[in-house]
Amino acid sequence: MPVKKIFASCDDAVADIFNGATIMIGGFGSFGGLPINLIIALAKQGAKELTIIGNQGGVGFELSKRIKPEGYQDIGLLYEKSQVKKFIGSVPALGGMPPTSPLETFYKEGKVEIEMVPQGTLAERIRAGAGGLGGFYTPTGVGTRVEIGKEKKVINGREHLLELPLTADFALIKAHQADTLGNLVYRGTARCFNPIMAMAAKMTIVEVDKIVQPGELDPESVVTPHLYVRRIVEVPR
Amino acid sequence: MKMRLDEQTIALRAAKEFEDGMIINLGYGMPALCANFIPEGRTIFFQSENGVLGYGQLGTDEEKDYELINASDQPVTPLPGMCFFDSGISFDMIRGGHIDMVILGAYQVSERGDLANWGRPGRPATGMGGGMDLATGCKKLVVMMLHTTKEGGPRIVRQCTFPLTAKNCVNKIFTDIAVIDVTQRGLILREVAPDWTAEEVQGLTEAKLIFAEDLKEIEL
Repeated sequence: MPVKKIFASCDDAVADIFNGATIMIGGFGSFGGLPINLIIALAKQGAKELTIIGNQGGVGFELSKRIKPEGYQDIGLLYEKSQVKKFIGSVPALGGMPPTSPLETFYKEGKVEIEMVPQGTLAERIRAGAGGLGGFYTPTGVGTRVEIGKEKKVINGREHLLELPLTADFALIKAHQADTLGNLVYRGTARCFNPIMAMAAKMTIVEVDKIVQPGELDPESVVTPHLYVRRIVEVPR
Repeated sequence: MKMRLDEQTIALRAAKEFEDGMIINLGYGMPALCANFIPEGRTIFFQSENGVLGYGQLGTDEEKDYELINASDQPVTPLPGMCFFDSGISFDMIRGGHIDMVILGAYQVSERGDLANWGRPGRPATGMGGGMDLATGCKKLVVMMLHTTKEGGPRIVRQCTFPLTAKNCVNKIFTDIAVIDVTQRGLILREVAPDWTAEEVQGLTEAKLIFAEDLKEIEL
């Protein structure tokens, strides 16, 4: 009998996230692919001293209205509640926005640490972590401040930097549909970082628009195989 | 005050560089506008690093779908043949040299083609996003920028003072007053905005410009 993966609510699904945990949060920007209901549940649950690995640092509700008129919640919520110790990602704050996003504000006040990683390097570090690799060499970042403190190697006549893998205790993922086993399909550009993060954490928690029965998803279309997925919550749109 | 091109017009001019069948990635902000100015008769496939190849124009208010966006968080429209992929594959395309042309915004470009486009004084938390990977991996890197800062200072400089995105990577620059090629010989001024002279453009440029023999007015 397979383990039961369906959880009744996002609150139940994130209940055991502990203080000091490292959490990958899927999505790309601050909407479209973000597991926002799991983020809101985590904000309510209150775990602290978290390390968040995500592409963007979020803009927070006030600034979000500049992107989407009605505004929306994003990862900014977790800084506002002082739950985050460190952010690892490629866009902690948007250059085109005023410097008042929650992460940028707390960073300036010395309350949050930031590790800035080029986006392609971020994706590959997550894949390296997912695939059990010790790291990889990339030409990205050579000659910039990204190379500081990193091993350099000339490969095929070009300088490369050694980058190390990323893994996490938890991954919070947004997918379109899951079957009850945990096979996942995505929708549009909401895919982005979700499938690779789903493979790189000890405990992958997914919110989906709809849960279906095994056999209802076309096996040729499954993006994330079910063995990576431990918890599923249906949040109908 | 002399007239400068607005952002839409710079995008219109930059988009004239699109060749039929090219795979093109448009960076955050001003470059994203180029999706609306594909020259007639040419088929372009836009790749966006959040995991889409082959999207159409920017979405209008009625057709906004927030699960079909470009990397600037703007909804775009679907086209037949469009496909999606995850961020890992997206950057395999980018780093692996599969993108024909990338257009990025910039704070500064140096006379050797160094690019600084992600960090500036007073903003320690703004990130490079995919810019470093794009600048490192693409076949041709085009920059779209305003020629001077808000205070009137130069952005095309001898040496970048802002944090670098990548060294020696820019091939061509489109600004609100000029079109400039970055070459082994140096920066070649090819086109100037209507009513501007080459000397006036040089006056707003810290780096030395070589005036092209066939210098002309920006073609729109």
